[in-house]
Amino acid sequence: MSALDRVFRTCRDEQRAALVAYLAAGFPDNATSREAMAALAASGADIVEVGVPYTDPLMDGPVIQDAADRALAGGFRVRDLLGNVEAVASAGAVPVVMSYWNPILRYGPDAFARDLAAAGGAGLITPDLIPDEAAAWRAAAEARGVAPIFLVAPSSTDARLAMTAEATRGFIYAASTMGVTGARTSVGAGARELVERTRAVSDLPVCVGLGVSTREQAAEVASFADGVIVGSALVRALGEGTADGRGLAPLQALTAELAEGVRQR
Amino acid sequence: MTEHREQPEGLGRFGDFGGRFVPEALIAALDELDAARTEASTDPTFTQELARLHRDYTGRPTPLTEVPRFAEHAGGARVFLKREDLTHTGSHKINNVLGQALLTVRMGKRRVIAETGAGQHGVATATAAALMGLDCTVYMGEKDTRRQALNVARMRLLGAEVVPVSHGSATLKDAINEALRDWVTNVEDTHYLLGTVTGPHPFPTMVRDFHRVIGDEAHDQLRQVTGGLPDIVCACVGGGSNAMGIFQRFREEPSVRLVGFEAGGEGIESGRHSARFSTGQPGVLHGAATYVLQDEDGQTLDSHSVSAGLDYPSVGPEHAYLRDTGRAEYHPVSDDEAMEAFALLSRTEGILPAIESAHALAGALRLGRESGPGTVILVNLSGRGDKDVETAASWFGLTGEDAAAADEHPASQTHPPTEGIES
Repeated sequence: MSALDRVFRTCRDEQRAALVAYLAAGFPDNATSREAMAALAASGADIVEVGVPYTDPLMDGPVIQDAADRALAGGFRVRDLLGNVEAVASAGAVPVVMSYWNPILRYGPDAFARDLAAAGGAGLITPDLIPDEAAAWRAAAEARGVAPIFLVAPSSTDARLAMTAEATRGFIYAASTMGVTGARTSVGAGARELVERTRAVSDLPVCVGLGVSTREQAAEVASFADGVIVGSALVRALGEGTADGRGLAPLQALTAELAEGVRQR
Repeated sequence: MTEHREQPEGLGRFGDFGGRFVPEALIAALDELDAARTEASTDPTFTQELARLHRDYTGRPTPLTEVPRFAEHAGGARVFLKREDLTHTGSHKINNVLGQALLTVRMGKRRVIAETGAGQHGVATATAAALMGLDCTVYMGEKDTRRQALNVARMRLLGAEVVPVSHGSATLKDAINEALRDWVTNVEDTHYLLGTVTGPHPFPTMVRDFHRVIGDEAHDQLRQVTGGLPDIVCACVGGGSNAMGIFQRFREEPSVRLVGFEAGGEGIESGRHSARFSTGQPGVLHGAATYVLQDEDGQTLDSHSVSAGLDYPSVGPEHAYLRDTGRAEYHPVSDDEAMEAFALLSRTEGILPAIESAHALAGALRLGRESGPGTVILVNLSGRGDKDVETAASWFGLTGEDAAAADEHPASQTHPPTEGIES
């Protein structure tokens, strides 16, 4: 049984959803980003998404774009993310990486799967790689025991939901609304429907992302999904805390609130 | 001779290039678009309406002009220009825009978005949106809005909203990122009217097909004048739509050399260029597998060119395929060479070319001198230079206090100020 399978089984036993927390590697710098990711684990995140800063993040809103820019300006290298993966694993959460495809393609899909597995990484989320284009990656991931995690969207047809679920391991990432990453005042009724449509074609856990920023929203999503994904709100909390001298405290406080939210279902 | 495939294989594949590297959320819209354009291509109500617009609105067929005084500098070659600069809106971009705008209406969408570099595609899109009553938003790199201020005003006059993009390098690639973000958010009622032969399938194939009229016309026009085929076809290549448009008719003519010219900027050694085929590596950008200017981590590198329309770190995937199979060749042309050709065509023929197209003209001069007298060279003059007057005036020192000095030193002999055009 994989680490991702174990985490969702534990959550089922505890009758709650998993908290999946995202931060960008290298933001605001390598050392702080590793401490921050370990803090996510210590504050109640079950799975930590290690985001790979990229020059052309076309699925991200301004908060994550700016974090990526700052990381790249600070000299972030793709290989640095392995340190983040190790930090998350040591802190007791399950690390997965989220990356646009070109950095992985350049690293070499097989080498990436190998190095990710060696660092303790459980999977890779690919926002701009669909299963149709992923034959080589799926083979590499399979060979190294890394979960290829694909996205589904409200616009996905039932046939594509089934095809995507078939290609996915670990959990399915359901993009709650049509749009890019960033906090929203409402998560959207479409999310519940998408989760139901996905469950009709797959037994994999379904986690919902895009727009969740508060305990209330986390609780709402936790009532119908297996996991709640939070990104931009955490990136903002880390950015504000490190800029105004409060350090990791705002990030830890928000993570703890969200962790309560996923237990409120 | 490379085997020519009428339709790309699989999901818009050109050999190892092309494909669909986009978020799942866009796949349904791409499938809808692919179905719509395939159906429309054999529907006479669509094809006749597009042909009527091209005749009555665009001004097609565009002329073929022989330029003997310019050709005196090209080693005795005969040089013919396909005059896409004479279309309504002043560049080839209108060919594709009218086609996609008609498809937008056909799909029942009421809003178009577009990216633009030099502003040519943005102006064409704003024009078609006005003509067909569509809402229009154009994303443009903030740096480009400054160097192409005239086109920003044109788009606004046509009723379009122009959104400057200041993220990243603030040029064309960032405008495309922002347009894709808009599209993924508003895809239900919005069509992304992509302006070049890149992006996810079906864009590279569809945009090429809307532009093939350029090569079809030029082929017939040249045959009437010379009785035969050109020896060489030259075009500038940013994303590569004008080049695909003129190459397409000649791909299956093995005697015709197809040559694309990309922006060599301040020189390949300087690192400040947009020469994807000189230093780029295969990768993925903006939905397509193709050559990309990137560092060893797969991060996109900033491109550079005096021409905003060629200032792009990637290139259409079918060009990557034509290059790797040897059917077409691609060479860099520096800012200096392009501006020299710009001045030469202006002074010898009374035609101000777009700086983008001036790269193809510079290439024609080079190939003419290499190939010898009598070589027939067909150049796609993809756009007119009105939008570039300010850039050229600054380059040659023709404005304000510089002007008096310039009168003593003719433009074609004046060297560019090293501070370039971004100041």
